[in-house]
Amino acid sequence: MHIVVCIKQVPDSAQIRVHPVTNTIMRQGVPAIVNPYDLFSLEEALRLKDRFGGKVTMLCMGPPQAEDALRKCIGYGADDAVLVTDRAFAGADTLATSYALAAGVRQIAREQAVDIVFTGKQTIDGDTAQVGPGIAKRMGLQLLTYVSRIVETDLEQRTITVERRAEGGVQVLKTALPCLITMLENTNELRFATLPAMIHAAGYPVRKWNKEQAGIEDLGKIGLKGSPTVVSKVFGPTPRSEKAEMLALETSSLRDVSLNLLQKIFTRHPTLEADLLMKEAP
Amino acid sequence: MNAPTPAATPATPATPAAKKPAGRAGRNLELPEHLKAYKGVWVFLEHERGQVHTVSWELLGEARKLADTLGSAVSVVVLGGPAEPLEQFAAQAFTYGADKAYVVHDAVLQGYRNEPFTKGLTDLVNKYQPEILLLGATSMGRDLAGSVATTLLTGLTADCTELNIDPVSRALAATRPTFGGSLLCTIMTLAYRPQMATVRPRVMAMPQAQAGRGGEIMQETLGMVESAIVTKLLDFIADASSNKINLPYADVIVSGGKGLKNPENFKLVFELARVLGGEVGATRPCVQAGWVEAERQVGQTGKTVRPKLYIAAGISGAIQHRVGMESADVIVAINTDPNAPIFDFAHYGIVGNALQVLPALTQAFAEHLSRGGRHAA
Amino acid sequence: MKKPSQFDAIVVGAGPSGNAAAYLMAKAGLKVLQIERGEYPGSKNVQGAILYAQALEEIIPDFREDAPLERHIIEQRLWMLDDSSFVGTHVRSEDYNKPPYNRYTIIRAQFDKWFSGKVREAGALLICETTVRHLILDGDQVVGVQCDREQGDVYADVVILADGVNSTLARKAGFHGEIEAGNVALAVKEILFMPEETIRQRFNVGEEEGVVIEMVGKITDGMMGTGFLYTNKESLTIGVGCMLGDFKANPNRTSPYVLLEQMKRHPSIAPLIAGGEMKEYCAHLIPEGGFHAIPQVYGHGWMIVGDSGGFVNAAHREGSNLAMTTGRLAAQTVIRAKAAGSGYRAGALRAYKAALDDSFVMKDLRKYRDMPRVLHQNPQFFTTYPELLGRAARTMITVDGVDKKTKEREILSSFRRTRSLTGLVGDAYKLWRAFR
Repeated sequence: MHIVVCIKQVPDSAQIRVHPVTNTIMRQGVPAIVNPYDLFSLEEALRLKDRFGGKVTMLCMGPPQAEDALRKCIGYGADDAVLVTDRAFAGADTLATSYALAAGVRQIAREQAVDIVFTGKQTIDGDTAQVGPGIAKRMGLQLLTYVSRIVETDLEQRTITVERRAEGGVQVLKTALPCLITMLENTNELRFATLPAMIHAAGYPVRKWNKEQAGIEDLGKIGLKGSPTVVSKVFGPTPRSEKAEMLALETSSLRDVSLNLLQKIFTRHPTLEADLLMKEAP
Repeated sequence: MNAPTPAATPATPATPAAKKPAGRAGRNLELPEHLKAYKGVWVFLEHERGQVHTVSWELLGEARKLADTLGSAVSVVVLGGPAEPLEQFAAQAFTYGADKAYVVHDAVLQGYRNEPFTKGLTDLVNKYQPEILLLGATSMGRDLAGSVATTLLTGLTADCTELNIDPVSRALAATRPTFGGSLLCTIMTLAYRPQMATVRPRVMAMPQAQAGRGGEIMQETLGMVESAIVTKLLDFIADASSNKINLPYADVIVSGGKGLKNPENFKLVFELARVLGGEVGATRPCVQAGWVEAERQVGQTGKTVRPKLYIAAGISGAIQHRVGMESADVIVAINTDPNAPIFDFAHYGIVGNALQVLPALTQAFAEHLSRGGRHAA
Repeated sequence: MKKPSQFDAIVVGAGPSGNAAAYLMAKAGLKVLQIERGEYPGSKNVQGAILYAQALEEIIPDFREDAPLERHIIEQRLWMLDDSSFVGTHVRSEDYNKPPYNRYTIIRAQFDKWFSGKVREAGALLICETTVRHLILDGDQVVGVQCDREQGDVYADVVILADGVNSTLARKAGFHGEIEAGNVALAVKEILFMPEETIRQRFNVGEEEGVVIEMVGKITDGMMGTGFLYTNKESLTIGVGCMLGDFKANPNRTSPYVLLEQMKRHPSIAPLIAGGEMKEYCAHLIPEGGFHAIPQVYGHGWMIVGDSGGFVNAAHREGSNLAMTTGRLAAQTVIRAKAAGSGYRAGALRAYKAALDDSFVMKDLRKYRDMPRVLHQNPQFFTTYPELLGRAARTMITVDGVDKKTKEREILSSFRRTRSLTGLVGDAYKLWRAFR
């Protein structure tokens, strides 16, 4: 079995700060991490490898430092890693990214046929959830998103059955390999890397492909040029002019403050009181 | 190239010299001629087991505003199985502002699957050429939107919080949070059509229904056979409906944050919510610490809510939480820190310990409501 | 039963001392594994931070080309503060503006990332988020380390402990005892964002020039400690630290954080930091026992470098340069031992201690060996003197119709009243001895 897992290296958004004057992102010193959603897909891929044997190849489109993210995945047990990196890819939106990654997967498949492609559900810096579906469409792979559980994989019959999270319930879908899967978060727990795997990963020669090596055929489809969406401006949220009306506890009793607050709320929102009373009515 | 016009009208070039803003060399920001014919604002109607997802109505409200600005029409696309009440959904859509509905009944469209739905929607888009296509950012919507956008090779902006028409270009200006929510950005698809966008449930307001408003239904066909579709839908397992937490649609929400200090104190939140007949929400740190279920998380990576009353206890008001609840009609914040950001956008604030304020509020509300309100005799 | 070595050397820790050691050994062609317990190099490290160029030059001579440096220091201020005033000396010179510059302010998060990148470029393997639990001994020889991961044993010819002030490894192996609260300081600091223009105007510096302010006095609430304020490119670093034992014994139970808040409100300090937005807050322990607290620093198959060995000159607030230098000396010892084929018993590694003794590291530490004890036993240096000096200065400077001779007499008598003549003489002598 040969599985390709696509990841993205993202800034740890929990640590990002906004420059108070220029409203730009202060990235210095913010550590880069593997997009957390991708790790659920990675773990699922490794479990399939544990069961069926075979190989897991990591794929990432990013700047040179994304190598570290790929190495981390080798530490968890992936067998090989490819970084598709080239200035020409800069500024890519999701359409251009799926084009580049699809080319990368095809290139990897030329060496050894690919059975499943995993991507993360979405990234924490983009949140679009579009790249997975985009790759599937471009490669003609069956698409299975929001997968909560892989029920059965039949390598003989070349089929896979999954549970997929939908509104109000779970769909049970069966499709043919090769397919593309995005895993839902918290569907599995990532294993701990062993020391030998980490040492192996620390020195692992990540393969680096520029646009030619990645098999990009149409340069107009990558990077800024291949991106239909344009960011026209970035701005800080407008501060509300009206701040909260504060009710002080020092001068009045807690009870008085509570009653006062109730009065204010109901005066401000007249229908609310009626709604609440209706719920109370026997 | 354009031939010179007759002397009657002054000769003007058909396409003005392409304006290339600095730093965007090589990008096509001009809408090609053949795409200028794309008109109309479309909404994909998502439905499941006899009900249209309310996000579709919320989108319809927005679509109506956009279409009015553009001077064009609103249409909805409804795909489903042979016996599903798609025409009823269309009729509802008309009351929410749609002018037209493209309906496709087909056995392969019974239950959502990526392949037939992608074909259904893209075929209709290619046939009728809308300039804007909106979908809800749900499990179905995101699955479908990505496939459709890649098939049509057009731009898709996800999880938008605001949709406007840019007065100069008449293009869709889609605003969404970026970098973990610390900033906002406005994204446009200038040279491709349709301009696609997804919006999360509850981000836009529910529009008012105009009873009696009608529209035109166009019956369309899919042209796909089951045997050609590789993915099979074997089953649908509904979630257990008892004790379902319905945060996004709650009118009253009482939320707790890490300021409550420990999970036991959440019972004070539950108590106030009970008296108010409301739901209980929480911040992401509380969910991650295992204090409450993940379904209760309000915020950028949780649920977006639009209650009439939102009471935030022990919540600092960081931007990631804020974007999930700032549309509430009345926001009350309780926090021991007078500098907590939540006081910047709450309507009412109390600097105090939630562990004391919550019980006091619970009692005040209980008495007030049992007495029959302010106007009781 | 000894397993074969997978590496020539294992370096425990990716702070300045560990990076110095790993870099030089890898550059010399040795197979090096560096193990860091934090998420990334620098995540567990905290410093003022001032980079002493000389120490780094000896390791990476052309570091100035791509190392992230904030401002080079052209002015040093030493302030003695009491409650609402200070007496200080400023030293500023155009000489400091002549490259190559001698000291820079740095931001550790970025600096450590750069330094670690160099270490990896040199060929060392680095793994993070991995804690070394034990040294592996074969008899009395250290032959490897055991980590907190599955299959976590890895073997090397020599292990360099660069695991910081909180090191438990050497303790567990019995090489030295517990840290004493009297030998360690707890420091807290904040980085406050401030526009470049504001820094330039407030501190009277050009675009790349920086100022360092070291402070003593009432700001440490009677405890033995110092405060500091450094200018970075677009931010200020402000911090304060005191002996851990003093924090514990302080009757007011002032926490380090409260101390810092008070310091920020000092009328001489507040205007300098006004408008600054806090970007980062951190705290760390600093070994300050000096010469007397340095443990055994080498043995059969192991050496200790950096904070782990207590190599900090508190009197001059130097730590990172000693860390880098000790790391370098340890690396050079290993490189020579490997070339000579002499093995790594204590006999072969003794050269490390000899090199330390011969360098400024031990020479300075020896010079100031009594400083901690003297200062500790004489709290008047942190309380009474700043007050007296402050009052004295103010008396002399204020023009109020009182003749100068009377003022002088008043000052002298205030000193004698407070400290008595013998006290004053004694204090002077103690200070002189401590500095000698």
